[in-house]
Amino acid sequence: MLSLKDVRFSWPGPARFSLRVPDFSMAAGESVLLLGESGSGKSTLLSLVCGTMLPDQGQVIVAGNDLSSQSGGARDQWRAEKIGIIFQQFNLLPFGTVADNILLPLRFAPKRRQQVGDPLAEVKTLCATLGLPKGVEHAKAGMLSVGQQQRVAVARALIGRPPLIIADEPTSALDADSQAAFLDLLFEQARVDDTSLLMVSHDARLATRFDRVVAMTDIAHIERAVA
Amino acid sequence: MMLRLAVASLMARALTVGMAVLAIALSVALFLGVEKVRTGAKASFADTISGTDLIVGARSGSVQLLLYSVFRIGNATNNVTWESYLDIAARPEVEWIVPVSLGDSHRQFRVMGTNSAFFEHYKYRQGRSLELAQGAQLGDLFDAVIGADVAATLNYGIGDPIIVSHGIASFVEHEDQPFRVSGILAKTGTPVDRTVIVSLEAIEAIHVDWQGGAQVPGQTTPAETLRQMDLTPTAVTAALVGVQSPLQTFALQRAINSYPKEPLLAILPGLALQELWGIVGIAETALLAVSCMVVVTALIGMMAIIFSSLNERRREMAIFRAMGARPRTIVGMLVLEAMLMAAVGALLGLALLYAALFVAQPVVDSAFGLWLPIEAPTLRDVYVVLAVVGAGAIVSLVPATRAYRMSLADGMMVRT
Repeated sequence: MLSLKDVRFSWPGPARFSLRVPDFSMAAGESVLLLGESGSGKSTLLSLVCGTMLPDQGQVIVAGNDLSSQSGGARDQWRAEKIGIIFQQFNLLPFGTVADNILLPLRFAPKRRQQVGDPLAEVKTLCATLGLPKGVEHAKAGMLSVGQQQRVAVARALIGRPPLIIADEPTSALDADSQAAFLDLLFEQARVDDTSLLMVSHDARLATRFDRVVAMTDIAHIERAVA
Repeated sequence: MMLRLAVASLMARALTVGMAVLAIALSVALFLGVEKVRTGAKASFADTISGTDLIVGARSGSVQLLLYSVFRIGNATNNVTWESYLDIAARPEVEWIVPVSLGDSHRQFRVMGTNSAFFEHYKYRQGRSLELAQGAQLGDLFDAVIGADVAATLNYGIGDPIIVSHGIASFVEHEDQPFRVSGILAKTGTPVDRTVIVSLEAIEAIHVDWQGGAQVPGQTTPAETLRQMDLTPTAVTAALVGVQSPLQTFALQRAINSYPKEPLLAILPGLALQELWGIVGIAETALLAVSCMVVVTALIGMMAIIFSSLNERRREMAIFRAMGARPRTIVGMLVLEAMLMAAVGALLGLALLYAALFVAQPVVDSAFGLWLPIEAPTLRDVYVVLAVVGAGAIVSLVPATRAYRMSLADGMMVRT
């Protein structure tokens, strides 16, 4: 599903720091927790996997696609088709309705859109499956409770059944009970859809739920370039 | 969906967006308002005289003759003798001729001496004739017919006395020969509304006891005696002429301009107006340029508002990027937002303009004699709205380009 080989990415700026990932991969259907502290390069790694940033050298292959060989537009389209993303704090568009938010990825992913059939019916089904109240699809996302926003974020990542879900510290703002409920929901849906799951977090207590736990320090190094 | 989201995003920032839209609306209203006033003023001037083929006066400038004879602006440098007037009136090309004698005033209003032909042949606004709202035309020697604004401003009614002042802005009055309001004209939207009309003979009558611009001390001819006197004028200020056939206009003009007994000038009112527009054209252009700059300033204000919102909207852009939106889609969204703001602003400006016209039309008419027509938006108005929307799109490219760079640099992992 995912393979990074001899990847190096340099951040812009005078300090000339770079992130090096010699070898990291994950199999289809696998769930992997990537553990790392702040500043360890987790978000950059996710951006490389999603193709919004490109490495200076090395290969990033996701679902059989070498991202470096694709044009920017093709990469954006590929991301919309293949990856469901859950952000820290869920990052919904507060001014859009729940349906607007859930359907947003389909706007940029025609193949994923085809899998859905009737989009609004799919939204209703997802909302019902995730325990959201009836009729919530017409509510403004900004008016929902935190728990409801979690569910909408999951629905947005799952709609159209993408083969890979990436979650960037989605539980960091939640208390213990909410964390458990959120992860139950996410893993259940990932299992039903046979979706790969890559989550980054600094919370080692989540480790028991994943097929594999990887420390950022084991797969990636931050280096300062020698002048 | 993207349009709906763009609208929803704008609504979520209603206060700042509203201010930008209001600035655009006010600037568009100003721009279109200046144009309406400009075209209204031109139309109003052009409508003031209709059906008159030539205006004849003492030789001076054509604009000057037009201004004093029709618009009561400025003064004649010389008069046309009565003999010359009769010579012109007797020419075969002349269908009708109206004498105009100016020089005196009543309060801030000009007094014009003429005859009954004025009421018959003076036409305004595409051939409309003067109508009496109250009373009757000039009958007695000391009858006066007043324009609608004179009546309204001075609160005059039929039978009220009028004392004419000697000259313009003079403190010397013809108080020994008062006039009486015999008729009040219906509103015309022309300088006639601000004119006191008396007979040519009356102008002569009130000056019988005057010599060298001053009343002869102790000499007051009774009104009854004046009524018996031969009050044929010695000169008039100007004359309005209608010709038998339009083809004869230029021949008659040439004949008058080369009149051997005294230096006269015959002008075509339309051409003189064009000359006048040529003179005021620079001021018009400057006014348009200033109002255009106001629109540009409002659009730059909108650009600044979009710019300042970019940082707080990085998360929103990152969400779109993460969902598969290309950077150019982000640019498109910002341009779409700007076009929506500009379109709403421009349309609101148009609505404000019409609201202002409804309120200001009677005020401007009564204060300046300028009739601003309230008509459906012209093709030009539509072009202005489209141009503002287009300009909105262009200025938004500056913040949109920055958003493009930001979205490339941020990717999808912005934490704000």
